[in-house]
Amino acid sequence: MIIAQQKPVKDIAEMINDCQKVLFVGCAGCVTVCLAGGEKETEVLASSLRIMRKLEEKPLETVTFTATRQCDPEYIVALDNLVDGVDAIVSLACGVGVQYLAERFKDKWVVPALDTKFIGGSTVHGVWEEKCGLCGDCVLHRTGGICPIIRCSKSILNGPCGGSQYGKCEISKDVDCAWQLIYDRMTALGKLDKLMEIQPPKDWTKSRDGGPRKAVREDVMID
Amino acid sequence: MKTESKLQQILDSGQFAVTAEIGPPKHSSAEGIRHHAHMLKDYVDATNITDNQTAIVRLSSIAAGVHILDCGIEPIVQMTCRDRNRIAMQSDLMGAYSLGMRNVLCLSGDHQKFGNHPTSKNVYDVDSMQLIQLLRRMRDEKMFFSGEEIKEHEPRFFIGAVANPFADPFEFRVARLEKKVEAGAEFIQTQCIFDMERFERFMEMVRERGIDERVHILAGVTPLKGWRAAKYIQTSVSGMIVPEEMVQRLKNAEDPKKEGVEICIEQIKYIKENVKGVHGVHIMAIAWEEVVPEIVERCGLYPRPKAN
Amino acid sequence: MPCSGTIDHRVIMHAFEDGADGVFVAGCMEGDCHFLKGNIRAKKRVQHVKQILDEIGFGGERLGFYNLSAAQGQRFAEIVKEMTEKILQLGPNPLAKSAGKEGGAA
Repeated sequence: MIIAQQKPVKDIAEMINDCQKVLFVGCAGCVTVCLAGGEKETEVLASSLRIMRKLEEKPLETVTFTATRQCDPEYIVALDNLVDGVDAIVSLACGVGVQYLAERFKDKWVVPALDTKFIGGSTVHGVWEEKCGLCGDCVLHRTGGICPIIRCSKSILNGPCGGSQYGKCEISKDVDCAWQLIYDRMTALGKLDKLMEIQPPKDWTKSRDGGPRKAVREDVMID
Repeated sequence: MKTESKLQQILDSGQFAVTAEIGPPKHSSAEGIRHHAHMLKDYVDATNITDNQTAIVRLSSIAAGVHILDCGIEPIVQMTCRDRNRIAMQSDLMGAYSLGMRNVLCLSGDHQKFGNHPTSKNVYDVDSMQLIQLLRRMRDEKMFFSGEEIKEHEPRFFIGAVANPFADPFEFRVARLEKKVEAGAEFIQTQCIFDMERFERFMEMVRERGIDERVHILAGVTPLKGWRAAKYIQTSVSGMIVPEEMVQRLKNAEDPKKEGVEICIEQIKYIKENVKGVHGVHIMAIAWEEVVPEIVERCGLYPRPKAN
Repeated sequence: MPCSGTIDHRVIMHAFEDGADGVFVAGCMEGDCHFLKGNIRAKKRVQHVKQILDEIGFGGERLGFYNLSAAQGQRFAEIVKEMTEKILQLGPNPLAKSAGKEGGAA
């Protein structure tokens, strides 16, 4: 899922500095799971800003709403009735949601309350880690289920590099060397010989480098 | 395939090669580089010029190569995968070749977080393995990395790579070295050796697989200026091993610099005599290039053979 | 509440917004939680709200968390006294003076 983290409340306050009425929109999707922009976080943020602004003697009127998801046009239609007279819309969704809101409410000042960080999953409750490199051309079958694009700091496809030591990446003792993990996994699977095959350079056109991407399912398009 | 590289000539003729390293400056004057080149000229067969080592911005490897070539030393251009995509790599290397360079060392490159521009984007479009393979193909099959034909004047480099016997997983290091040889590496420079025992174990596995008969391995050594340098490498550089005895030996030495040089000489002599399969030595005395001539001489490696 | 572990950030934030001068959350003694870790969660959550209150300039000192068991009447009295004294020192809720002006949640 997409993992995001809330920006410092002061930064958000700055963005809506000259606004008097603000709509805070949460998202019940990924950001609820990673405890950054769900219903609860949305209300806590609204409450925080109300208190902050009251202390500045510049009161803030807030409206809150949590959409099922902000990344689907049909789920943000409900906001149409809430945006009247609003000076700004603070989206607690990932970057996608913010853009959907900005797209639908072109005449409104839409700002992000979160920084969209990465796609990953939870390890223990309260900790989320980056797992997928979004390369558009998955090679997990070649690496025992460990993504070399993003879990290796150098996106090496024929690793490990010379900086791997004691199972850790050279950039930090807190980062596992993906290639140590791959080596261990492939050894356990009895497929170490596969790592002797030279993987050719990646076709980065399938990744970010090819420009904004699109996915289509013709068979479900009825309009 | 033969190239015009003098280093290749010396290695292929079975002679024990000596290479050293020059670190370009953090400014735009080549004076220091030229000074070091003149100093090392008669004591080495070729010299590496590092490529923004530790991700610190320095005068480029290829430009420095032009300077040292002018001073009479054969350069070994270093190319990391961190800063250039495949387009820039090919372009820069063709340029390097046109300027007279004949040796390239392919490496992944230290992550930019270690350098003075940690907020920059890294490239890593291709990794070192792919770079070796594609450079080899460029030369032997006259092809750009994309597969397109190079109609004429393809760059014909003597291709090198690195091996680190001190990184993990240890058992896989030799396999990866073999993979680099398969990919087309013709000479190898190892990370600097302080843990001789581990290096010997590594070389044993190398010989078992016959890798020493397919590629020229040069053992990397570094003279240490004192126990603090040793300690720093021991604790803060990923992928290096420095035995505690070495740190202590330098700490207890009356003249640590002298001791550092002694240790280096001992290591080279030991390797030459006892570690089969090593075809040369790579002396990395960054910021202490002055000490290389003495080391080469006292190891009985002076004068250097003349290449044709 | 059945367990301090059910304390919600919003309840605390709203209490202060509505004018409370001080808030304290009492959880069972550590190790005695009927729901095993509820009081630990509560403590952490209260810590987090204190941090938020500090960040927004309100001040987290008005919020407290204490461990005590239902049988500790004496201790409860002590805590109340301690908190009351602290709050008296801090003065009334700073939002109180802006009461009456426009603003609030819809």
